Amino acid sequence: MWQYIVKRLLLMLPTLIGAALVVFLLMHVVPGDIALLIIGGDQGGDINPQELVKLRAQLGLNQPLYVQFFSWLWGVAHLNFGTSLWTGTSVMNEIMIRLPLSLEVAIAATVVSTLIAIPLGTIAAIRQDTWVDYVVRVVSIGGLAIPSFWAGILIILFLVIYFDWAPPLEFVSLFRHPWENLAQLIWPILSVGYRYAAVTTRMTRSTVLEVMREDYVRTAWAKGLRERAVVVKHALKNAILPVITIIGTEFAFLIGGLVVTETVFTLNGIGRFMVDAIAHRDIPVVQTLVLLIACVFVVVNLMVDLLYAWLDPRISYR
Amino acid sequence: MAIATRPARPGERPQALPRHHAWGAIGKFVRTKPLGAAGAAIIVLMALTAVCADLIAPYDVYEINQQLQFTPPSLAHWLGTDEFGRDVLTRIIYGARIALFIGLVSSFLGATGGAVIGVFSAYLGGKTDLWIQRLMDILLAFPLLVLALAIVTVLGRSIPNLIVAIAIPVIPRTARIVRSSALSAKENVYVEAARAVGSSHLRVMWCHIVPNIMAPFLIILTAQLGSAILTEAALSFLGLGTAEPTPSWGLMLSGGAPMYAEKAPWLAIFPGLAISLAVFGFNLFGDSLRDALDPKLRHRT
Repeated sequence: MWQYIVKRLLLMLPTLIGAALVVFLLMHVVPGDIALLIIGGDQGGDINPQELVKLRAQLGLNQPLYVQFFSWLWGVAHLNFGTSLWTGTSVMNEIMIRLPLSLEVAIAATVVSTLIAIPLGTIAAIRQDTWVDYVVRVVSIGGLAIPSFWAGILIILFLVIYFDWAPPLEFVSLFRHPWENLAQLIWPILSVGYRYAAVTTRMTRSTVLEVMREDYVRTAWAKGLRERAVVVKHALKNAILPVITIIGTEFAFLIGGLVVTETVFTLNGIGRFMVDAIAHRDIPVVQTLVLLIACVFVVVNLMVDLLYAWLDPRISYR
Repeated sequence: MAIATRPARPGERPQALPRHHAWGAIGKFVRTKPLGAAGAAIIVLMALTAVCADLIAPYDVYEINQQLQFTPPSLAHWLGTDEFGRDVLTRIIYGARIALFIGLVSSFLGATGGAVIGVFSAYLGGKTDLWIQRLMDILLAFPLLVLALAIVTVLGRSIPNLIVAIAIPVIPRTARIVRSSALSAKENVYVEAARAVGSSHLRVMWCHIVPNIMAPFLIILTAQLGSAILTEAALSFLGLGTAEPTPSWGLMLSGGAPMYAEKAPWLAIFPGLAISLAVFGFNLFGDSLRDALDPKLRHRT
């Protein structure tokens, strides 16, 4: 199995480097660069051409593209992700400030959504075309339809009117002030969790529906097992694999994809960091973040595949 | 285009009254798929609103009237007015145009692009397939919204660029699914037969592979429509999509709405409701369409 894991990880290297390269080239196609933004500000005021040339040289932007890319890649190979061109601090530091928050929201939202989704999806499937099914389907399709920023605005509106809520100025760590931290993050977690619960519920419902028609489920019924045993032991166990895939994919997306939620709740997370870095043409930061998100994606996919083998002994890895 | 008539199968009554037949089909759809029918009704309503916006909108979309700033919902302004005194209902009505236009064009472009890539990738196979799939993997590694955001930043803020930015993330998602359908279609004997009688590769792809991928293509297209509307709203909300004074639902929620939410909650509520309703309609319809077209789910007990 270890051999399999190592092989999978090595196979992913080209994709990761490719992703970084695509982003790198994309960022160089953008009109304007960070030197212009630093000197001219967002409005692009008076720009002294000599100063611009000097700053570009200072930031290493005057080197040929391949030199810029490979020197960054060489740094990455030594776990040195470079410095942010905008703030001048190490990219790793900047990320470590924001990663705990993004991870916490992603993990908590995934847990919340899974806890809601699997029971709901299963019930909807075994009671197909009854009112329970219709309610679950409408609520879950609704979850997909409600834009997360609107849900966020409504939640904040509700909190402001009824609880005199104010957006937190600073994020407190989960380990130092667990209670306060939870109070800060519970609303973003719930608003994201509901949306992703909708995705998982739909997946659970359709896979359970498919499995319920299998021969072994009919056999289980014929043996006279109670409904609970048929559903949990025979149907759900077989239906769960695609559901795990979708939970894994969602989790990977949650790390970098929460731009909108972070904006609404003024959270300083990875998603916002990415958007700001793109806006500032801060290439080392963007590349490193893309690498991070892609890595999470790859590792989660690998874990899902390993989980498959553990849950389903028929699957083995060579 | 004339309505296609098919020869009656044995045991089937000839279609003497095609109009009745059409109504019967709609009636059957409503009875067997009530949720899908509800979705279709929402879509039709939205399309009508978009087309007839000039007729039904009570006010001018762009008219600014500072005296009417933040008028609460009333008989004159059913959904109130915004910080510039513009009628919210009027802007929501015109917003249906923007949402439908951007949603339709971008998901059609994205799904078609993905389908073309998927069919070529599956049909050509070998190294080409491998390289195309790696490229799709790279695109898939980005969260949808982040990719769209990056593209809009690169291209600049305009409606055509917005459409491209929403369409591109759809491509790898469609390409994957279409490729797997096309792979199994390629194995059919008639594909080999078509090649044997001298059909060109393009002809084989168009006449024998493409009909086989229409079902997944349509499913993805409808599924993407809702998500395209959401992406447009999110980008506009973040200030990277449509620009003022375009009446876009996402834009109506950005800037002013959260800031004045306490004072004028209608500004925060109604545009969001419009987005949710539209996406809800497309998703309901798309779901039923999938149930109807997906052979795996068709024969339900």
